[in-house]
Amino acid sequence: MADSAVHDIQSVYEPSLFGTYSKKIGMWLFLLSDSLTFGALLYAYSYGRISTDGWPTPFHSESIVNATIMTAFLLTSSLTMVLAVRASVHGDAKGQRLWLLATMLCGTGFIVLHGREWSNLIAEGLTLPMFPKVPGHEAASEFVNVSKTVPQFGATFFGLTGMHMLHVTLGVIYLGVVALRRKFIPILLVLWMVAWLATPAYSPFHYGAHVLLISAIVCSIILWLKPKLYDSSDVEVAGLYWHFVDLVWMFIFPLVYLMSAKIL
Amino acid sequence: MDTIQIAIAERVAEQHRHHGKALFFWVWGALLLMTAIEVYLTYQNMQPGKMLTILLGLSLVKAALIIGYFMHLKYEVSSMKWLTMCSVVACLVLMTIFFFPDAFRILYLGVK
Repeated sequence: MADSAVHDIQSVYEPSLFGTYSKKIGMWLFLLSDSLTFGALLYAYSYGRISTDGWPTPFHSESIVNATIMTAFLLTSSLTMVLAVRASVHGDAKGQRLWLLATMLCGTGFIVLHGREWSNLIAEGLTLPMFPKVPGHEAASEFVNVSKTVPQFGATFFGLTGMHMLHVTLGVIYLGVVALRRKFIPILLVLWMVAWLATPAYSPFHYGAHVLLISAIVCSIILWLKPKLYDSSDVEVAGLYWHFVDLVWMFIFPLVYLMSAKIL
Repeated sequence: MDTIQIAIAERVAEQHRHHGKALFFWVWGALLLMTAIEVYLTYQNMQPGKMLTILLGLSLVKAALIIGYFMHLKYEVSSMKWLTMCSVVACLVLMTIFFFPDAFRILYLGVK
């Protein structure tokens, strides 16, 4: 029936140049443009590094281990994502949902570890002027002068990794909507409340948590205005986005962390 | 979705059904192994230029595996593969026009 439908409309419309459905092409075009955003940020970081004397190497063995676990989380999430796509094309709704939830769990693990690492760096004195001061850490901080002498590090590091963390967060929300639809909205609101109330007022995540509230509002509008059952094509398109954030991390991890490691 | 979109989506889903799970586990294992090699090299205190070359080489291989197998581009039609990859590589290469002249000047003449 599917083939006959294609043959019927081929006499009316030209066949798709890319041999696939339009929303997948749309996602690919978005990802191509997004790769240029990350390309520009990676170039900015690399340019700052080679053009600046005294570039800090703040990543001790503990940070490298932390970033390696984060990488393992993302790689594993990509595996669970392809298994979700596989379950969806086989019509296994339960398997699809379980693998999507496993992917979200790995993504959440990545965000939590990344947030913890950011908090440690900020406590050590690597910060941005826009971040509130951490009380009680001024005297003990290891990198208290780096933010003043090499401001390019903080600007490019937090800009690049912050943009990536935002993408992972939005990816988890995207998968949550595909897996649970309207049931995900109250979960998202609870997560927003927890993230907002559990983080201290001087943490950048205290205000960053509002991304979850904004996302909950946007997702609610979409889910109530255009309710639908998400099929295998929706899962595949969501998977493309998720693999892309994994792909970007494959360049951030060596360029930012491994090349700035301080192994004693 | 309209009829043609449903038909194309069904054809794409049919392509996915032919992939076994084992392939994805092999790709995942290869990605983890390459990550382990990268971390191992970090602990060897190599010369930065040499280390950067190896790390970027491994990252490109990892990117190719993710795009090819996880993002399914290996199984797409030729026009999709070439147009997407050529356009993004061309744009990234264009960015290096601004990057490399200064990078070479800084590396060989020092920070000015």
